[in-house]
Amino acid sequence: MLQNFIDAYSPDNLRYLFGGLGITILVSVISIIGSFIIGSILGVIRYVKIKYVSAVVGVIIDVIRNLPLLLILFFTYFGLPNLGVKPEIIPAAILAMTIFESTMLAEIVRSGIQAVDPGQMEGARANGLTYWQGLWHIVLPQALVKMIPAIVSQFISLVKDTSLATIILLPEMLFRSQIIYGQNTNYIIPMFVAIALMYFVVCYLLSLLAGYLEKRQA
Amino acid sequence: MIHIFQAYGGTLLYGLGQTLLCSIIALIFSLIIGTFFALLEESPNKVARRCARAYIELFRNIPLLVITMFFYVVFPLYVIKMNGFTAGTIGLTLYTSAFIAETVRAGIQSVDSGQMEGSRANGLTYWQAMRYIVLPQAFRYVIPPLGNQFVNLVKNSSTLAFVGGFDLMYQGNVIASSSLETMAAYASVGVLYLIITMPISYYMRYLEKRLA
Repeated sequence: MLQNFIDAYSPDNLRYLFGGLGITILVSVISIIGSFIIGSILGVIRYVKIKYVSAVVGVIIDVIRNLPLLLILFFTYFGLPNLGVKPEIIPAAILAMTIFESTMLAEIVRSGIQAVDPGQMEGARANGLTYWQGLWHIVLPQALVKMIPAIVSQFISLVKDTSLATIILLPEMLFRSQIIYGQNTNYIIPMFVAIALMYFVVCYLLSLLAGYLEKRQA
Repeated sequence: MIHIFQAYGGTLLYGLGQTLLCSIIALIFSLIIGTFFALLEESPNKVARRCARAYIELFRNIPLLVITMFFYVVFPLYVIKMNGFTAGTIGLTLYTSAFIAETVRAGIQSVDSGQMEGSRANGLTYWQAMRYIVLPQAFRYVIPPLGNQFVNLVKNSSTLAFVGGFDLMYQGNVIASSSLETMAAYASVGVLYLIITMPISYYMRYLEKRLA
């Protein structure tokens, strides 16, 4: 058994696995940045109640939030070619993650803004700021502080969800471990231990960060 | 999309049934396991608290797919044979139970500590007070987040498609590849998922507003 572990963690295999970790992190980071920007915009639109626009955005957010991410991955990778666009694997994965996570973040942003005392906005307006100035300079910064723990834990689930993209053959950790143990079944347990450990370390560090931010805020 | 329903209605309904079945089984078991670990984490015993924390952190920080694949690939080799549906349901249960434990723990903490003190002062033991006084009050706060967990559970049950669990997502793939109408097939699957998840999440939002 021990020998299996030693054989399985050969330098080549480890390099291959860590390459997968790199792809996981690449996809996660790009999706995090994209979904943070898009999610904030969508959340603000949903909050400020622009006639018709907010209602339509609200419905779109609710529909996408209530679908499995796996389905959205299929849409972007297998469905889009039907419409004439054919994304590569990594862009398709990033697109799906960004679409899905933006709607999750939009809800967090909306409830974060709602949690800010309405007196803040009234005070800002009474001091001569316009509605948008009040929102941008007074309400949003306070809302952001309140939202940080929820946002970080959403990012943790984003990192974990990148593993779903193995189904569209994204060469990340899980996919690569399957290739390695596909060559030698003695490597199955070592490979599962390795990827579980790698995911655990990344996600646990993020959750420690979330806990720290939550404490500092309270 | 309508002709997909006409041609493959039976297959889709079977998938929907499997998805619901697996979600409900996983919900029941993860509620039991999750509440158990929440109680352990709130218990006065230090070792019990450590164990509960370790369990929760372990399953919260590993992707569901890795857990499911572990039961699908490793278990049949060394322990017992199981089909994709069983492996997927066990994976879902363990993964969700960690989140439910966190939810229930937050619920227990939101109950005023005077409740526990009062019942102890009236002669109840710790576990009696927990069972009859604190938990019933905690569950009232916990219902909206638990409902959201159930929505997540239904969505996460799509990982059964990886292990041949014949769920909705799996059938969607089969239909997409046999009818070659990828978009229509996935759209029909999406509609069926929304029929389950949308009403629950709207109802939970309503409950949240009413409780607040």
